[in-house]
Amino acid sequence: MDELTAELARDLDSSFPHLVKRAGPGLYWGLRRLCGDHQEAEDLTQETFIRAYRSLSEFDRARFADLRLSPWLWTIALNLGRNHLRNRSRRPVFVEMTDHGDHDPEPPDTAAWDARLSALTINQRRAVVLRHVVGLGIGEIAEATGRPEGTVKADIHRGLEHLRRVMEQER
Amino acid sequence: MSIEQRLSGLAGALPEGIAEGVALGTGLADGYDIYASPVGEVVITFNIEGVSSVDLATTGFEGRFASRYGRPLLRAEPPRQWAKHIPEAMEAGTPGRLPVDLRSRTPFEVKVLRIAASIPRGEVRPYGWLAREAERPDAARAVGSTMARNPIPLIIPCHRVVRSDGHLGEYSLGGTHNKWDLLRREGVDLGHLVELAEHHVRVQADPSTGVYCHPTCHVIRASGQWNVVDFKTTVAARAAGFEPCPECRPG
Repeated sequence: MDELTAELARDLDSSFPHLVKRAGPGLYWGLRRLCGDHQEAEDLTQETFIRAYRSLSEFDRARFADLRLSPWLWTIALNLGRNHLRNRSRRPVFVEMTDHGDHDPEPPDTAAWDARLSALTINQRRAVVLRHVVGLGIGEIAEATGRPEGTVKADIHRGLEHLRRVMEQER
Repeated sequence: MSIEQRLSGLAGALPEGIAEGVALGTGLADGYDIYASPVGEVVITFNIEGVSSVDLATTGFEGRFASRYGRPLLRAEPPRQWAKHIPEAMEAGTPGRLPVDLRSRTPFEVKVLRIAASIPRGEVRPYGWLAREAERPDAARAVGSTMARNPIPLIIPCHRVVRSDGHLGEYSLGGTHNKWDLLRREGVDLGHLVELAEHHVRVQADPSTGVYCHPTCHVIRASGQWNVVDFKTTVAARAAGFEPCPECRPG
C-alpha cells in the first residue's frame, strides 16, 4: 500500500483532497485527450472522483490493501466515458469568485492533437494517451482497460506509428 | 522532439474549479449562496442531501459554519432540481418540496424539527406542545435547546414556537426582535397573544363547534372570536365538555 492509499484507508474525508490533487491533473488531461472537449473532460473528472469517493467509503481494510489507485481510477473514468453519464443537476455547482468563467485551459497549438489522435482506433488512442499523456505503466493500462499487456503494448506501438504517419503528412 | 515527449507535454495542471466541484459532489464541502429574507440577507448552505443551514450573512459566517459542521464552504449554485424551492420555502416558512439536511441532528431533534416544520404560517405553539407531539412530554427543555440549535431557521419555522406563558422566547437568528417581526409579518396578533398570556389563557373553545384550540389556530380564528370561551388548562376545557381540535391538537 502506498502512503496515500494508507492515508485514505485511515481517514478518507481528510485525505481525499490529496488524492484529487495528485490524480486530478492526469485524469483531466487524459480524459481531455480522449474526448477532445473541456466541459466533458471536466464533468467526467469530477464524476470519476465522486464515484471513487463513494466506493472508497465502503472499502474495508483488505480492499484498500489490494487497491492500485491509478488503474482503479481509470477503470471508473473509462466506464463513465463509455456511458457519457452526466448528472450535474443533482449536485451543487461551484461558482468561482474570481471570474475565470467557463474558460478552456488549453493552449491553442495543442488542439491539433485531437485531430491527430482521432485518426487512431479507440483502443490505440486510449493506450497511447494513458501511456504517454498520463504516464501510466503498461501493467496499469492493462488493468484499467481490461486488455492483456501484450495487446496494450501492440496498441501503443501501432498508435505511435499511426501518429508519425499522420504528422509526416502534415508537412 | 520525439512524439512521446510531445505527448507528455499535453498534460498540465488541474483546471480551476474541478477540485471544488469534487468537494461539493462528494459532500466534503457545502455550497453557499446569499438570499434576501425578511430578516435581511442570509447565507443558505446546501449539499447533495439538501439545504443544510441558514445564517445571517454577517462577517465570519464561513468560520461559524466550519466550526459547527466541520466542513468548508464554497460559493456555489444550488442543485438545479430544487434551487427554485429555496425562495418558496423561505417565503412559506416551511420546507415544502425543498430537501433539508438534518444529518447533524439527533433522531429526537430531527423528529422535533419535522414537527415544528408542520406548524402553519401565522400560528404559534408552545414548547410543551412540541414535546408532547414528539412523544416526550417531559422534554420541553430539550425541545427548547433543539429550537435554539435549529440549523435551518426561517425554513424550519422555529419562530412559531413560543413559551407557554405567552412570552416569545429566544430566537437564534439575530435575536427576539426578528422573531417578533417574522410573526407579525405572518399576521400573528402579538398584542392579543400577550393579553391572553397575561390572563393565563392557554386554549380557546368555540361553543358552536364544541372544539377547543390553541388561540392562533386557524380553526378557532375562523369562528369569528366573538363567542369563544377562554380556558387556563386543557383539563378545564375538556371538563366543560369541549373536544380538542384535530388540526392544532392542543392535547
